[in-house]
Amino acid sequence: MTKLAHFHGGLAITADKCANPIIDSSLPGELIYPLLQRSNNYALPIVKLGERVLKGQMIASANSLFSAPIHAASSGTVKAIEPRIIAHPSNLADDCIIIETDGLDAALSAIPCFDYQQETPENLRTKIHQAGIVGLGGAAFPTATKLSTEQDIHTLIINAAECEPYISCDASLIRQKAEGIVQGALILQYILQAKHCIIAVEENMPEANQALLQAINTHSIQLISVPAIYPTGGEKQLIQVLTGTKIPAKCLPTEHGFICQNVGTAYAVYQAIIQGLALTERIITVTGKGIKQPQNIRTRIGTPIKHLIAQSGGYNKKVQRLIMGGSMMGIALSSDEIAVTKATNCILAMTSNQQENKSAEMPCIRCGDCAAVCPVELLPQQLYWYGRSGQLDQCQNYQLFSCIECGCCDVVCPSHIPLVQQFRVTKGEIITKEKQAVQSNLAKTRFQNQQQRRAREEQEQLAKAEKRKAIIEKMKAASLAKKKSL
Amino acid sequence: MQFPTTSSPFTPASNTVNRVMLQVLIALLPAIGIMFWLFGNTLLIQLLLSCSTALLAESCILWLRKKPIRMHLLDLSALVSAVLLALAIPTVAPWWISVSGTLFAIIIAKHLYGGLGYNPFNPAMAGYVFLLISFPQQMTAWQLPFDVISSATVLDHTKTQLGLDFSLDKIRTSPLFGYAAGKGWEYLSLAYLLGGLWLLQRKVISWHIPVAVLLGLTIPALTAYLIDSSRFTSPLFQLFSGATFCGAFFIATDPVTAATSNKGRLIFGALLGSLIYIIRTWGGYPDAIAFAVLLANLAAPSIDYYIRPKRT
Repeated sequence: MTKLAHFHGGLAITADKCANPIIDSSLPGELIYPLLQRSNNYALPIVKLGERVLKGQMIASANSLFSAPIHAASSGTVKAIEPRIIAHPSNLADDCIIIETDGLDAALSAIPCFDYQQETPENLRTKIHQAGIVGLGGAAFPTATKLSTEQDIHTLIINAAECEPYISCDASLIRQKAEGIVQGALILQYILQAKHCIIAVEENMPEANQALLQAINTHSIQLISVPAIYPTGGEKQLIQVLTGTKIPAKCLPTEHGFICQNVGTAYAVYQAIIQGLALTERIITVTGKGIKQPQNIRTRIGTPIKHLIAQSGGYNKKVQRLIMGGSMMGIALSSDEIAVTKATNCILAMTSNQQENKSAEMPCIRCGDCAAVCPVELLPQQLYWYGRSGQLDQCQNYQLFSCIECGCCDVVCPSHIPLVQQFRVTKGEIITKEKQAVQSNLAKTRFQNQQQRRAREEQEQLAKAEKRKAIIEKMKAASLAKKKSL
Repeated sequence: MQFPTTSSPFTPASNTVNRVMLQVLIALLPAIGIMFWLFGNTLLIQLLLSCSTALLAESCILWLRKKPIRMHLLDLSALVSAVLLALAIPTVAPWWISVSGTLFAIIIAKHLYGGLGYNPFNPAMAGYVFLLISFPQQMTAWQLPFDVISSATVLDHTKTQLGLDFSLDKIRTSPLFGYAAGKGWEYLSLAYLLGGLWLLQRKVISWHIPVAVLLGLTIPALTAYLIDSSRFTSPLFQLFSGATFCGAFFIATDPVTAATSNKGRLIFGALLGSLIYIIRTWGGYPDAIAFAVLLANLAAPSIDYYIRPKRT
């Protein structure tokens, strides 16, 4: 048994994780694909209105390293490319490809591959990119881009530490598809040429642990169970727990030779390489007290949330809030018309007695409970104090930008202060101010350049005038001399 | 279906201010019990006086400041201040002592600085110091049931006698002394220790402040005692006399007025502990908790200013 390290703080959250077996989602009438990818990158539609598409067919291509192609999850026709509300904290509408399904679910023929080791890592990365695979843990970073690191990777970590309350999609996937996951891990390890491969599961998922143990069999993959403390599933926190290495806030894990991939991503890689399938479906946990039958559903990406809710017996009367993701870091959605994306791991319908009581916010009593649970060892009480009084420099001195917005401080705060929300606002203020500073600097340089140019021009004009004057003088003198000589 | 949107997290909060304060009050019960055993009904009158004054003053000020009265009365912070103050006042003191002390604590030390969360000084200790400076006679006249006349505390007695050049061995023969410190008072100290340990176990307070206070007091006391035990009292006497444990576990740990980071709390506590020893040994007042707390309170914002998270 490997000795595990601990990160600072964290929370042991008890939230019922649904352990029902995975069911398949029925076919929705409409599939919705937002073109917006990470960090304001858009995928480019490559289908026309009214075009018939097949399951697995690419409908939008990536235009940069930060986006991934999108594939249709069922057969049908392209009904519209129009703005719809998307799963984004802003809850605003953005361009989406809408596919009307035809019920046939006809698929492109897939080209399986039997021995991935015959292929070069470069080829495999291209296949992963073409299959539209992104990190399925929630961040949706394009996997091929992450795998194209220049750094030497010594350890590949397959992250199955599903630490957020309520979410159990990874655990249920492992129970069913442990073989594929292990294959996917081996492919990833081959691509990265990493010496070690670790699969990390949480202590509270014994069945998943068992399934993986059987699937790993004689492969040289280490299976480690980590304590179920939130946020163990955070990349840097997990690396710290497994290896004791603390990755600084400003560094990427790859700079220290580590790479983390979600367990769902590993399975998607297996499907893409071995079975030749594009990423068109994923497991989504539909749960919460606001749902009649919590369950894990294998869902076509692009399915509207209301379709999943209907398949889970509908809402309870007391439902108050719809969250995409877990209760710690999820996004509150304004409507269930929104479709699930590759990043959707959980749909959580909360009732009033489940959700926090934000009305009764009290003054901060500086108890420091927030600092005690902060996994990145910040002093949230000080950040709150400085942020509220607009002392943005102090916020940066107290390392505001190391905050991972995990929400631990919010949960333990006896005064019920929405700390994370405040930190987001303060971060936004600092970024805006910095942008303004850059802009005002630009304006200043522009102004100075203009001043210099004007001065130069004036100088040149003066010189020219001087010259002209000299010539005239000369001519005058010449003519005078001429006159005299006459 | 449409839903309201707010910012994450959505996990319900696990604690409330009311719960924190309630646990502090519960932890004070052993001390209240011992005080009642020592002083009888007079203690209850003091408690009743200061608690009712505190609630009344808090309500009036909240009303004037247009703050939610019910919510802040229920946070119990005024009651905690009132009980701590009542336990520090001689039980035979006249009624206007505890009333004026409580009024000073709640109105001036707490609300004039902005109320809960904003007061730089511990309200109970500010009230106590106000009384001690204004009415020294009434504030030092403790009357134990087994004493016929009202008498000084052992700290007071020891200080006077040492000033008269008596050696400690001689002073210790006074009937005021029990096993380690003042007769009867020792049990009170134990009761505070018990309540404090319970708070630690419930994680209402962290260990940093009490441990630093007790070490900050014990280390200089032990050093001086080892150098000259006829002139300097033993560390055990220091720990079990006066309000040492009450101060270390209940007063120094007031989060609003203490340093807020763990490292800062160690510095704050050590400063407070050594101030207790310095004031007790060389200062003008026999017990020093209140003065030491106020001085350390003054230092807390500077401590917080300098303790920052590591750059990572």
